[in-house]
Amino acid sequence: MAVIYIDHRAYEVKAGKNLLETCLTLGFNLPYFCWHPAMGSVGACRQCAIKLFKDKDDTQGRLMMSCMESVKDNMYLSINDPVAKSFRSQVIEWLMTNHPHDCAVCDEGGSCHLQDMTVMTGHTYRRFQYPKRTYKNQYLGPFINHEMNRCIQCYRCVRFYKDYAGGTDLDAFAAHDHIYFGRAADGVLENEFSGNLAEVCPTGVFTDKSLKEHYTRKWDMTMAPSICQHCSLGCNIIAGERYGELRQITNRFNGEVNGYFICDKGRFGYEFVNSINRIQQPIIRTKIPEAVDKNSLYDYLKTVLSNRTVIGIGSPRASLESNFALMQLVGKGNFYQGVSETDAQLMRTILHTLNAGHVHIPSLKETEIADAILVLGEDLTNAAPLLALTVRQAVHRKPLENAQQISVPPWHDTARREFAQEEKGPLFIAYPTKTKLEALAANCQYLSPDEIARLGFAIANRLDNTAPAPQGVDEDTLQIAQHIANTLKQAERPLIICGTSLRNEAILKAAANIACALGTEDKKASLFYVMEECNSMGLAMMEVPSLKQATEALKKKEANTVIILENDLYRRDAKSAIDDFLEQCEELIVLDHLHHETSNRATVLIPVGTFAEAEGTLVNNEGRAQCFFQVFAPKNENFRESWRWLDEFRQFKQGISPEDLQAPGDLMMEMAASMPQFKGAEEVAPSADFRISGQKIPREPHRYSGRTAMLANIQVSEPKPPEDHDSALSYTMEGYRGIPPAPLIPFFWAPGWNSAQSVNKYQEEVGGPIRGGDTGKRLFPETPAIENAFLNTIPPAYKASPGEWLVVPLQHIFGSEELSIYTHGVAERAPHPYIAISQQDANDLNTREYQLMQVTIGTLNYELPVMIKKELPHGVVGIPYHVSGLIGIAWPAKGILKPVMT
Amino acid sequence: MALTFLHMFRKRETIQYPEEKVVLHPRWRGRIVLTRDPDMGERCVGCYLCAAACPVDCISLQATEDEHGRRYPEFFRINFSRCIFCGYCEEACPTYAIQLIPDFEMAEYNRQNLVYEKEDLLIDGQGKYPGYNYYKVAGLAIGVKGKGEGDNEDPPIDIHSLLP
Ligand code: SF4
Ligand code: SF4
Ligand code: SF4
Ligand code: SF4
Ligand code: FES
Repeated sequence: MAVIYIDHRAYEVKAGKNLLETCLTLGFNLPYFCWHPAMGSVGACRQCAIKLFKDKDDTQGRLMMSCMESVKDNMYLSINDPVAKSFRSQVIEWLMTNHPHDCAVCDEGGSCHLQDMTVMTGHTYRRFQYPKRTYKNQYLGPFINHEMNRCIQCYRCVRFYKDYAGGTDLDAFAAHDHIYFGRAADGVLENEFSGNLAEVCPTGVFTDKSLKEHYTRKWDMTMAPSICQHCSLGCNIIAGERYGELRQITNRFNGEVNGYFICDKGRFGYEFVNSINRIQQPIIRTKIPEAVDKNSLYDYLKTVLSNRTVIGIGSPRASLESNFALMQLVGKGNFYQGVSETDAQLMRTILHTLNAGHVHIPSLKETEIADAILVLGEDLTNAAPLLALTVRQAVHRKPLENAQQISVPPWHDTARREFAQEEKGPLFIAYPTKTKLEALAANCQYLSPDEIARLGFAIANRLDNTAPAPQGVDEDTLQIAQHIANTLKQAERPLIICGTSLRNEAILKAAANIACALGTEDKKASLFYVMEECNSMGLAMMEVPSLKQATEALKKKEANTVIILENDLYRRDAKSAIDDFLEQCEELIVLDHLHHETSNRATVLIPVGTFAEAEGTLVNNEGRAQCFFQVFAPKNENFRESWRWLDEFRQFKQGISPEDLQAPGDLMMEMAASMPQFKGAEEVAPSADFRISGQKIPREPHRYSGRTAMLANIQVSEPKPPEDHDSALSYTMEGYRGIPPAPLIPFFWAPGWNSAQSVNKYQEEVGGPIRGGDTGKRLFPETPAIENAFLNTIPPAYKASPGEWLVVPLQHIFGSEELSIYTHGVAERAPHPYIAISQQDANDLNTREYQLMQVTIGTLNYELPVMIKKELPHGVVGIPYHVSGLIGIAWPAKGILKPVMT
Repeated sequence: MALTFLHMFRKRETIQYPEEKVVLHPRWRGRIVLTRDPDMGERCVGCYLCAAACPVDCISLQATEDEHGRRYPEFFRINFSRCIFCGYCEEACPTYAIQLIPDFEMAEYNRQNLVYEKEDLLIDGQGKYPGYNYYKVAGLAIGVKGKGEGDNEDPPIDIHSLLP
């Protein structure tokens, strides 16, 4: 703690921070450009000047950049000093001399930090009469638009892209006032986090190209707090709508999860909501015409559901509410996870470890401070993108922190990087192929899944010799295991990362053993799991059997009617197994928002709302329950939450007729009451009757326009705005304008701060948690460990078997996930199908790169072009996971390869 | 009484509308039009500023782009049954596209007919502000001019040059 005096008033503040963040935390409006709360200071823009005085009696003072000064006790400074003020407004005036007079056609306008700062400093009139500098723009791919004239040379873009996200294809070019930020040549920005440039860049140089396709200003959007649906990390997002279309996803700060950034899949993967492939109307395939209205559907289902035993198939990408509503409808005994037995078993193993209490489950934020990391069998960049970003920070953290030895403060970005140079903290990766994080790794092992597990077991054994040891491990591997074990042991905050991608249970067990051997009673080791879907964890926690048992139940004729919830089963298990399952169903009722192979087989198809048209709770990979809220009331009244439909069907079953249907009660309350593992999930967000000063929280900014015209073409008298009975948010612009609790923040805005930078005003201290605590509730309490029990079942050493190859699924950030692929930019970035084989296998098969290879996996046949990945272990081949049509494979898979003769 | 009587000989303020027309000055704020720039391109760039400025929220539009990246409104709707002719939209407009003109004769029997779409609003002229072409002064290159060819612009920087 230190006391500083700002304009003659004393404030007690935290020492060690810089003056800029301190002033912002205290609520002062001090303009800045180049400083970023996650990236620290460089002192490049000169915008944050203040007057600093020697002592109390000094009246002269000197101009200093507040972002480059550490807070010290007894500092005297002035923000409002006339010299400091005019200096700041002159700086803006200089920055604006070349500004292209573009705001009207600039996508940043209305959420532009440059606009905000210009207004803040009071520069209102252009005095500079001379010609403006101009630049040519570049094509940067499907996600990001480039308009270089608007640049103010703050360097934030390259600092984020290169230093923070590890990108290599964006840089500063040219010299003096010709500085140019772009690529060496036109081309796609390759980094998976490029979308953040739109938020990091304080001007309109880098903007969101997907927004441009249906451009809407921030003030015109109806927005709601939401959760990303595209991987298991559960990043917090803000989703915005206009004219019934989802228009933009931006980052929603959550100090425990995603912080200031999200990945490109999360930012741009939203187009499926607007897809023409949406199911628009209930369909009963036995009727003519097939498409029916709600009442005919009700009538039909009432008879079907009241007379039969029904099986329910849940989904790892549907909310807890929807899964629970289905379970309530069919009864616990008839509810199954909509995943393969393999996947269900993997999740059981994970739950077992988490419940045993030997390990600490870190939040995404905590992974950023790990000082030794071991990744077993996951390609982070592709399977859990943001985790790759936090791991990158973790690897750099220690060397950067060492700069404190020469008294470089922690916020001094350039100096720290200069000090650390290329030095890195230890990161070990074991995966069948090269991954993007490899460049950071101290050691990479290219191993088959079983060998990865065996390496893991060996490490655990080296850490604690009571842990089971694998037999027949060669000397080299043992040495590596020893080295990794030593490094982990020496680390203060070691982190083990593993996951379900390779579908290998032994890897999960090995990782659990390592964490177990590493941790002590009072300092447990951190173990982070990567899973497949946004609610994989939630579904697994319901602890019900898998599709395999569901098929058995159908075969035993225990039931013949099946309800499938938001799930394309062909993505979950072998095609033959799913065919077999679906064949047993006499009546197949599918609820989903998009048509797919499973929905094509449905006899009754019911449209439901996507995350943008529904409300729900998801549990992310660390067991954090988080709520997403409905963004807008869709024009199509059939787009209702699955849980709303299902709860009505439950009422039919109880004999209530369609006219007397009740609104569903609080499903999360019921769920927490009937399943104690979900205790706490019902409190994630304030309830629907929550009010601040008697008011709801508006989803629309106070400048929302067009209310009396947007629907006037249909009917000139404005309809009553839709009401939201399910949450404390309203669909209008009227309501409470202050800072709501974190789970209910629909957008960031503060007077004078229209851009995303306004998040400063929502935080307890700049960069810290949102006032009143970040979103989400951890469902796994840290329990004392039950007796130390190492898991056994070490797989035998992997041996390539002649004539048969082990096929591993290779994850791709763009292409592997079901929903994001509907965004054409994501589809453009997705790989073409291929088969990756090792050099040795290629030689054995007498094939070359790009030659077609016939791949037979079970009953499936593909012809795929060969891609040679030298590092792959002998006998292991990889195919891109779920990329264009490569679905219906039961993982882990064995395949037969045959070159196609041409 | 005398005073009232005297008034009979004063000049009349009332006129015999509609036979006799009102004299309206150019700055009179009446019916709203969308104008074109000197090249006859649509002036409106779909920036939404007029809509945001409108106190009764009676302007609604959607911006779109042509193949050169030129922004224009896909639809532009004014609900004149709500408009209070305050002129804020005109004031907010950075391109002189939206203008209030001296015409108030818009009475309708059916309120629905007061909803004007872009086809009803767009005129084939520059209105009160002739000569202004936004894209000549804005930095964007959208088919009107190339980079650095606008008013008061230097040619684009050659980023490979190291000359001072
Ligand atoms: S970057 Fe900001 S100030 Fe510049 S044109 Fe865009 S909106 Fe206007
Ligand atoms: S492009 Fe944006 S972030 Fe990069 S230097 Fe220019 S203004 Fe700053
Ligand atoms: S990392 Fe995962 S949860 Fe986060 S934005 Fe990307 S896809 Fe979404
Ligand atoms: S302010 Fe002018 S340019 Fe902008 S949308 Fe309105 S009419 Fe078009
Ligand atoms: S923010 Fe301080 S110099 Fe840029």
